[in-house]
This record gives sequence, C-alpha cells and structure tokens, in this order.
Amino acid sequence: MSEPVFERIKEQIAGDDVVLYMKGTPVFPMCGFSAKVVHLLGQTGAKYQSYNILDDMDLRQGLKDFSNWPTFPQLYVKGELVGGCDIISEMYESGELAQLFQEKGVSQA
Amino acid sequence: MAMAAADIERLIKEAMPDAQVTIEDLAGDGDHYRAVIVSEAFRGKSRLQQHQMVYSALGGRMGGELHALALATSAPA
Repeated sequence: MSEPVFERIKEQIAGDDVVLYMKGTPVFPMCGFSAKVVHLLGQTGAKYQSYNILDDMDLRQGLKDFSNWPTFPQLYVKGELVGGCDIISEMYESGELAQLFQEKGVSQA
Repeated sequence: MAMAAADIERLIKEAMPDAQVTIEDLAGDGDHYRAVIVSEAFRGKSRLQQHQMVYSALGGRMGGELHALALATSAPA
C-alpha cells in the first residue's frame, strides 16, 4: 500500500522539471545547506519549483522514506533525485549540473 | 544532539571494513562534520548511491542525531 504522501511527492516531482525540497524558501532559506543550493540554482538560471518542508511534517518524513535520503535540501530533476548540498555543489563546480540541465532540456527562469 | 567522530568512523568501518575514513570536525559542536571515505565498496556506484551507503551505515542517525555530515566518497585509485 503506497503512502498517500508518496503520491503527493510523485505528483510534485513530475509537475516541474526541477523541484527543490528545502528548509525555508528561496527568499528566506532557513538552513545554510538549503541556502547554498538556492544560490547555485540561481547561478545556473534554471527554473525550479521549491517546497518548504518545514511547513509540512508529513512531506518531510515522507521524502526521507521515498528517496532513502535522510537530509535536506533534496533536488529532483525530471522526477529523479540528484542529491543534496554536497552532490549539487560538486556537480556545480565540475559543470555537471549545467550539463545535466541542458541534457534534460530544463528551461531557464 | 551530537555524535563523536570516533563513533561515526566506527559505524562506517563496521559497514565497510576496508574503508579509509578521515573525519574533520567543522564546527567543534559534534554536529557538523566532513568525512572523506575511500572504499572498494564504492566502485561503480553513483555519487548518490555512495552517499546512501554511508547514510545507511550510520543507521538512521543522519538528519537526527547528526545534523550535518559533508561527504567526499571514492573508490581506491
């Protein structure tokens, strides 16, 4: 039996090319790691949808189980978990993030 | 909530006995670490999978007892 929150997550990550689950919002990030990913996404200019997991405890726990990833932020591209702050930072530095966005046809903000 | 660096290292080595683990305490508060881990177990795995392996080695403490663990994982050269 699939968790109702899993259905919600599936809809959300299918609803936009790039989805960022974070603590706080892009304008008011509530955690340094979330703020860093917001900054890096801004640098790439990619269009993305963010969700504040601090507003929704079901979503917060649901995501940990759904993605087998215990921390936030979590970045999804075309429905797939790409990673958290570490991985996104490494990918940004190496140019892989911009390349991934290009390959996946992610539109600019 | 906090964890000792030695506990982190022990848990990782229990799951990956061959792992070379270097842990840096980023903030001195037992809650923000950076770990550099080299293990044959990572070979052929994506970065995401490698990090997930480390998180499972920590047995659910990641994000709870342990707030932040920056990871640099790789297979031996």
